[in-house]
Amino acid sequence: MRPSAPPPDQSLGALGWLRANLFSSVGNTLLTFVGVALFLIVVPPVVEWAVLEATVAGTTKQACDGGGACWVFIKVHLPQFIYGFYPEAERWRVNLAFAILVGLVALLFIRPMPKKGWIAAFTAVVFPFIAYLLFFGGIFGLPVVPTSEWGGLFLTLIIAGVAIAASLPLGILLALGRRSEMPVVQAVCTVFIEFWRGVPLITVLFMASVMLPLFLPGGVTFDKLLRAMVGWALFAGAYTAEVVRGGLAGVPPGQYEAAKALGLGYWRRMRLIILPQALRIAIPGIVNSFLAIFKDTTLVLIIGLFDLLGIIQAIATDPEWLGYAVEGYVFAAAVFWAFCYAMSKYSMRVERQLNRHKQGV
Amino acid sequence: MTRVNDSNADSGDVRSAVRFEDVNKWFGDFQVLRDINLDVAPGERIVVCGPSGSGKSTLIRCVNRLEPHQTGRIVVNDVELTEDVRQIERVRREVGMVFQTFNLFPHLTVLENCTLAPIWVRKVPKAEAQALAMEYLERVQIPEKAEAFPGQLSGGQQQRVAIARALAMQPRIMLFDEPTSALDPEMIKEVLDVMVELARSGMTMLVVTHEMGFAKEVADRVVFMDEGEIVEEAPPRKFFGEPETVRARQFLSQILAH
Ligand SMILES: Nc1ncnc2c1ncn2[C@@H]1O[C@H](COP(=O)(O)OP(=O)(O)OP(=O)(O)O)[C@@H](O)[C@H]1O
Ligand SMILES: [Mg+2]
Repeated sequence: MRPSAPPPDQSLGALGWLRANLFSSVGNTLLTFVGVALFLIVVPPVVEWAVLEATVAGTTKQACDGGGACWVFIKVHLPQFIYGFYPEAERWRVNLAFAILVGLVALLFIRPMPKKGWIAAFTAVVFPFIAYLLFFGGIFGLPVVPTSEWGGLFLTLIIAGVAIAASLPLGILLALGRRSEMPVVQAVCTVFIEFWRGVPLITVLFMASVMLPLFLPGGVTFDKLLRAMVGWALFAGAYTAEVVRGGLAGVPPGQYEAAKALGLGYWRRMRLIILPQALRIAIPGIVNSFLAIFKDTTLVLIIGLFDLLGIIQAIATDPEWLGYAVEGYVFAAAVFWAFCYAMSKYSMRVERQLNRHKQGV
Repeated sequence: MTRVNDSNADSGDVRSAVRFEDVNKWFGDFQVLRDINLDVAPGERIVVCGPSGSGKSTLIRCVNRLEPHQTGRIVVNDVELTEDVRQIERVRREVGMVFQTFNLFPHLTVLENCTLAPIWVRKVPKAEAQALAMEYLERVQIPEKAEAFPGQLSGGQQQRVAIARALAMQPRIMLFDEPTSALDPEMIKEVLDVMVELARSGMTMLVVTHEMGFAKEVADRVVFMDEGEIVEEAPPRKFFGEPETVRARQFLSQILAH
């Protein structure tokens, strides 16, 4: 084979880089200056407030006499922000459940892990029961902690986790149903999806908490949190279904035909051929939908559940600590952002892995 | 009728690999197949040709019920194709298909493409399925690409893998729908060579193609279609030498003009 020539040197040097990227045209130069100006207007005051003049030391409001943020407020209330009204003596149960979850997820991250499928199945199917038993108690001598005492970040993660975990399988089934050749299945799925998509989430939550008990026969009660989660999961499922349906439509018809021609039955065709391709196409949309689900858990506030934002708001109105709501909201925003960013990053990793087969096309 | 005649009628079934009896099919109001009668014996090699839109693809897609027919009967290896999904899947297990656009599964390696159906449909143990798949990949002369993904192969290579994938199910009948039409000229031969070899091995084949050289070399019969009808059916020598109908003559003059 003829040896290939080395590729041309395309490095520009610092000055060249500046010219090429920041000052390549009049418009670009203008944008560069506007950008720098905005940066100078916004960033220094924020840094001053959040870092330079902020108070971190101390345990009371009186410690906060600087002009900046009072992080003492966050520090003092951190346990409540995380656990809500969960009794202090029982908080280890929450920690244990999350530690188990982190452990399981870490195992799934190890690339050459044997029996990965089983670990994933355990995480998806068995772990929720373990977590529920730990959180709620009532067996093995664990005192019962009613769901009305759950709150904070802990509650946010439970609601979002359940809604996200339930929405994907539900969404897949609904999307398959909507594309089904069986008219009844198709009609049921279409009506279901359109119903949930047409109703505001707030209405769903109100209905779940106020109206549902009216329809249930007397004496039957459902936990408020459970009702909210069921409503939330159905709502999220309908949204995810449409994203998945978009992915299904993106799989070329030839794939369906080739799978059929090989004698694969419907479920095998979907599981082995169609869904792996459709979900790859749909990943950005699915992640979008997951992030929305996660952030919208804050709405449970209106039916009297205290998620992270709810509990921050409640504590910020405590006369003892009046005037530090901003710190609380900034903290909530930072926490939500951190989780969303992690999810987004993780999804990119998954996407890259799944698209390995496209290399060299 | 005597019992002997009855059993003769039965063994008549056994003698045909594919049988169309007065088959009609419509897409909406448009009739694509008109009174199709066709009997394909085991081991027979049929080439179907005809102008674009004449219903060739539809005809062979009816054999594994990628398209349902509306009236008449289609019997494949003694199994009649009806609504019954189990019957359909029984037929599809015995009938391999190769498409114009290959339709390999892009998310699976070449080897996985070839072992998937044997493992899940025929319940062949994985190791055995892999060994078998390698045999077929060798037969289509592409064993070195077993671990590649379809997107990394040329069109001709992809089509040969598609043939191996269909063969790995050890079908009794193979359907080809214009297998070389999407290929660059220099790749057509490598695919046709594989098909010729397959024909020599005694496989029952129904091939839609415009490759008249292939038809002359291996076909037992050429079926000429136009406007949803089988207009002419003859051994290649007769069909190409002295076609009976005007439509066939016109078609041939157009094809050969190329
Ligand atoms: N799914 C469909 N819905 C409606 N009409 C269709 C459909 N599939 C095919 N047709 C029509 O039926 C006729 C026959 O199509 P078919 O694909 O069988 O032709 P063909 O002989 O294979 O043509 P070509 O050589 O172009 O592949 C064409 O007129 C086509 O437009
Ligand atoms: Mg065609």
